[in-house]
Amino acid sequence: MTMRGANRPFCRFGLSFFIILLLPAYLCGQESIAPPSKVVAYDFKYDRGEAVELSWQLSPDDKGNGSISGYEIYRAEDPLDSFISIGFVSAGTSSYRDKSVYKGQSYRYQVATSSDGHLYFSEISAAVVPRMELINWNLLNLFIIGLFLCGSVIFFISHATRGKKLFIRKIAGLEAIDEAIGRATEMGRPILFVPGINDMDDVQTIAGITLLGRVAKVVADYDIRINMPVSRSLVMTTARETIREAYMGAGRPDAYSDDMVNYITDEQFGYVAAVDGIMVRQKPATCFYLGAFFAESLILAETGNSIGAIQIAGTAQPAQLPFFVAACDYTLIGEELFAASAYLSNEPKQLGSLKGQDMGKLLAMIVIILGVLAATVSQMGGGQFFTDIHQFLSNIFTVQN
Amino acid sequence: MNNSRIWSIVIFAAAVLIFGLSWIIIGSQAGHNLTDAFLVTVAAFLTLSILSFLYKDNPYYKFAEHLFVGVSAAYWMSVGFWSTFVGNLLPRISPSLCTYFGVPYKGFDIFFFIPLILGVFLLMRLSSKMGWLSRWSLAFIVGTTAGLNLIRYLRSDFISQVSNTFVPLVTDWRGIGPFFSDFSLSITGQFAMSLSNWVIFVGVFCGLIYFFFSKEHKGAFGYASRMGIWVLMITFGASFGYTVMGRVSLLVGRLTFLFHDWLGLVK
Repeated sequence: MTMRGANRPFCRFGLSFFIILLLPAYLCGQESIAPPSKVVAYDFKYDRGEAVELSWQLSPDDKGNGSISGYEIYRAEDPLDSFISIGFVSAGTSSYRDKSVYKGQSYRYQVATSSDGHLYFSEISAAVVPRMELINWNLLNLFIIGLFLCGSVIFFISHATRGKKLFIRKIAGLEAIDEAIGRATEMGRPILFVPGINDMDDVQTIAGITLLGRVAKVVADYDIRINMPVSRSLVMTTARETIREAYMGAGRPDAYSDDMVNYITDEQFGYVAAVDGIMVRQKPATCFYLGAFFAESLILAETGNSIGAIQIAGTAQPAQLPFFVAACDYTLIGEELFAASAYLSNEPKQLGSLKGQDMGKLLAMIVIILGVLAATVSQMGGGQFFTDIHQFLSNIFTVQN
Repeated sequence: MNNSRIWSIVIFAAAVLIFGLSWIIIGSQAGHNLTDAFLVTVAAFLTLSILSFLYKDNPYYKFAEHLFVGVSAAYWMSVGFWSTFVGNLLPRISPSLCTYFGVPYKGFDIFFFIPLILGVFLLMRLSSKMGWLSRWSLAFIVGTTAGLNLIRYLRSDFISQVSNTFVPLVTDWRGIGPFFSDFSLSITGQFAMSLSNWVIFVGVFCGLIYFFFSKEHKGAFGYASRMGIWVLMITFGASFGYTVMGRVSLLVGRLTFLFHDWLGLVK
């Protein structure tokens, strides 16, 4: 006890010495870092009230030299709850989108500069309440362009249904469909129809199934076999309906059988292995590949080629088109696949729809010429007028989120 | 017994012998057990069975094909049930079924009855009297797909493509004198950049003409259309080469498995 009491003044002196002299000296050794300023939080426009946009002015010490590691984002529910960290962005970043908010709840934000494990907090932002907007005005241009295209389609459909003749140019691959089916009839061999490996939520599959209707009708007329292995259950259901309709349309409902369409598997290469097996065993005279294809395109087309079948392919997958072009007799390239059903059926509705789409392409061509001219003349110092036109067209043909 | 049958038996016996020995040898090596060795041997057997199709259709290919199809069909059936039905639907409609299947209940949502009813309609195909109901489900799927994709393609394929084609046909123009005096074939030079913009403009424009169906492709329109198909074919050629390179790397992957993992010839 005595010893401890004797040392007490010395301890007090030591502690005081540390606090008064050494601590300020220690703190002065730490570089002072400025926090970010002007933290503004505002509701993210044109959403369902699920995001808040945050922006701030960078700390003056954020000079890209590594002294600042980044900014820690803090949020508190209003009326003021405790602030919790909700995210971190790297140095040099001055905005953040908070997507973890609830519609109608008020929030406040604080941004802290992070440096060497220390945080330097900004002022607290004003409160912000995320709200839902019913109309996204950013998409007005998309609406107008969509309206123009849909209007054109409706106009030409009504035009066609009134009995006006609409011209559609020849599509080479489609001319060959009847010829290919006729060949199968002569050879007494079946026809293989592959609708791709995507489900009914892909427009290419829908286009393929539409063409199947036409093929099945000719098949029913010629009384030959059609075999359609599919990789999706919904495609199987739709294909069976389509073929049944075609057989009924041809006046031969008794000749229809559900066995014409078989489900194989959803697995891409399992499906391909099975279709390859079917090809070499049944040796179809004609193979149709119409729909969405991926890595299996060349495997299928090469196997079809090896058995000497006439092959007609059509897809809008840019990466797979080269393989079909190389290995098949006829290929419907992209848009031709969608135009095919209109061309074959000659139905006013489908022809009008195709004509309406052509108006969209015409619009694109005109706008591209105007835009390129304006950009070129503006680049060559042609004046503010052309720069404004270029800017105007760019704004119209830019979709914001 | 004819010759082909004898050969089939001989090849089968040889295959059993080779893969049986392979199993035993790999299993006896340090760091392997018999189960690992069996799996590697089966994988090698199936790889070679599939590759045997390059020669011609044969019983080994048929075996691998049927195994692949059967296993994958069962797998996807199981995935469909557990991810769609149990994983997505039940947590929104029934707490008791969630407890039964051991998945967390996420709160009742009446909208989830729509896919449930449409799904039941699809199954009505099994009934000859109620089969027509399945067409409602199909009509819903096809209609919503078309509507949703219209907007998606309008944004990504139409509008973006048009705006990205607004390129100046002459870049960084400072007059004819500087054009010739500073002429360079560098990829970032004025000439190369301008040429690149010309290719974009002419390619897109002629491509659009090729896909324009309302006018006969004759005269100037026909020339532009032919230019469009040339642009497409050149693009396809480049894409063909690029993809073939990717496929070769897949082949290398399989050969690495055979020579490294199975035979151990490549270290």
